[in-house]
Amino acid sequence: MPLLEIKNLQVEFGSGAHAARAVDGVSLSLEAGKTLCLVGESGSGKSVTALSIAKLVPSPPARYVGGEILIEGRDVLKMSSRELRDIRGGLVSYVFQEPGASLNPVFRIGAQIKESLKYHRPAAANDTEVIRLLKLVGIPAPESRLRNYPHELSGGMQQRVMIAMALASQPKLLVADEPTTALDVTIQAQIIELLGDLRKQLGMAVLLITHNLGIVGDLADDVAVMYAGQIVEHGPVREVLQRPLHPYTQALIQSVPDLEAEVERLTAIPGTVPLLGSFPGGCRFHPRCPKAQASCSTQAPELASVKAGRRVRCPLWDSLLEPQTVSHRA
Amino acid sequence: MSNQNPATSLPDSKGWLGGLLRNRLVLVGGCLLVLLGLAALTAPVWVKAGLLLDPAQQFPTGLDEDGMPVKASGQFLVGTDNLGRDVFSRAIHGTRVSLTVGVAGMLTAMLIGVVVGVVAGFRGGTMDLLLMRFTDMNMTLPGILLAIAFAGVMDGRTLHLHPSFLPWHWLDVKLERGMVSLFLIIGFVCWPGMVRVIRAQVLSVKEREFIMASRALGASDARLIFGHVLPNILPTIIVMAAMLTANTIMLEAGLSYLGIGVPAPAPTWGAMITDGQPYFITAPHLVIVPGLAIVMTVLAFNLIGQGLQEVLDPKRKV
Repeated sequence: MPLLEIKNLQVEFGSGAHAARAVDGVSLSLEAGKTLCLVGESGSGKSVTALSIAKLVPSPPARYVGGEILIEGRDVLKMSSRELRDIRGGLVSYVFQEPGASLNPVFRIGAQIKESLKYHRPAAANDTEVIRLLKLVGIPAPESRLRNYPHELSGGMQQRVMIAMALASQPKLLVADEPTTALDVTIQAQIIELLGDLRKQLGMAVLLITHNLGIVGDLADDVAVMYAGQIVEHGPVREVLQRPLHPYTQALIQSVPDLEAEVERLTAIPGTVPLLGSFPGGCRFHPRCPKAQASCSTQAPELASVKAGRRVRCPLWDSLLEPQTVSHRA
Repeated sequence: MSNQNPATSLPDSKGWLGGLLRNRLVLVGGCLLVLLGLAALTAPVWVKAGLLLDPAQQFPTGLDEDGMPVKASGQFLVGTDNLGRDVFSRAIHGTRVSLTVGVAGMLTAMLIGVVVGVVAGFRGGTMDLLLMRFTDMNMTLPGILLAIAFAGVMDGRTLHLHPSFLPWHWLDVKLERGMVSLFLIIGFVCWPGMVRVIRAQVLSVKEREFIMASRALGASDARLIFGHVLPNILPTIIVMAAMLTANTIMLEAGLSYLGIGVPAPAPTWGAMITDGQPYFITAPHLVIVPGLAIVMTVLAFNLIGQGLQEVLDPKRKV
């Protein structure tokens, strides 16, 4: 039994004729100790999917229309608020994008980490354990940091504190929702390295949400690419990055700048992600797809299994894949 | 070294108290308030020590041969009232009633206002709609009229809150005029003004990321409200409490002036002004002294409120 199994998740915002489906039929699974990356542009539904795992999307306005989210076999969407509180921060912990905003400005960081301990490991809610956690996430001189307020720490340090809070309950799954987006590049690398180390050390599964393909290869076992609320490609990270099958994935990988290649302009995907609620008919990517056929605008493709552990939502993947398509990454 | 870091050469503020005391408004208001508070607390001690006259005693020397109040003299610091009582002592004793009723009325209003505002803001939806319309309805009623109506109910009857066939007399409420009923009335009149501000603050705080982060750690709604929302809106609550106290004290004085405050012979500033009004031309001190006392107290709370706002909540303007 996988640690996390999402089956055909559907999340809508609004109701009736104005309902907009932000997540449309997402299915994923994650084994204990593994790392899955969820990649996509802003508005692709990756954050809503991630927040849904602990039923954290505020409803209303959101509505869970269908599907199941099984954590250790139990459906999160059917849980009482009491059970949800045990799951949140217990089995599943979150690290969010803005460490500065995610810490309560009026309390010292020691107290905030202790609060997280109180919920799930009350016996360990003491300074010794807080210091151990701060040490674990690589904060120098943790004893003197206990009494600091969040604004007295740098962004990188704040994110380490957030990770310490998330780890306090010894979760089996860590969901990191764009944990490095708000940090500068050198700190990003440190935080990603820290997450990789902690994952190995503590044996927890990690679901990493990102729009930065650069960090996917460093950390992930599997990667799922989302577009307009749907998964368009899913597979082991090495295979997806080296032989992307979906035109969207190919375009994403091509738009990552290469350090060696001399380029005048960065390759960009034309157009923008369609707005929530006004997804085009047929394949949702077809207006921006360089390889679109006439049939793409009428027939909505299914997410089809290509081989074991490899899924792609494009019926033309076989004929599209020329051997040299993405030579620049391989 | 000549180019010292300006941040380090400033006098070190010793925590929140240092920051507060460096604000001139808070300092002046605070001194006034300490003075008034001391007067209220120690008034009976002064009387006992013989340094202050008994506020209820009618002195034969307090009226002249025409039966009119006498002016300031050695015995009576600012003169006497129409019954020959010492006005200074009565004004000092009036502080006790004003501050007690004002502060207790403020606490009552804050309690109701914060509970309603937090529940409406945090819950949202239908609960928010119902609570806010109820608040709006209360706001449309003029405070002083509502207070008069409430005071009219306090006619000495006993209200039996228990069903008549049960002998639960501990549920009986005697409707009578006094300090308790007065501050409750003031509290019930003043709470709607607090709700909107509190609710707006709760709405903005609850959308901040750390609330979601805390929820993701498994915090319950109660924990979010008491542990995260309230501490973040505390500066606003404190500032509003200080400003509101100025209002409740004015309301208390107003109600006493209309004769529906704490009943005589308790010395209250409002009642002193009413009693002195007919003698305004011949003995203006009867009106001026309690009037000054009201101004001083209200000013003290307003100064503190504005000063606190500068210190605690610099982004919000009045």
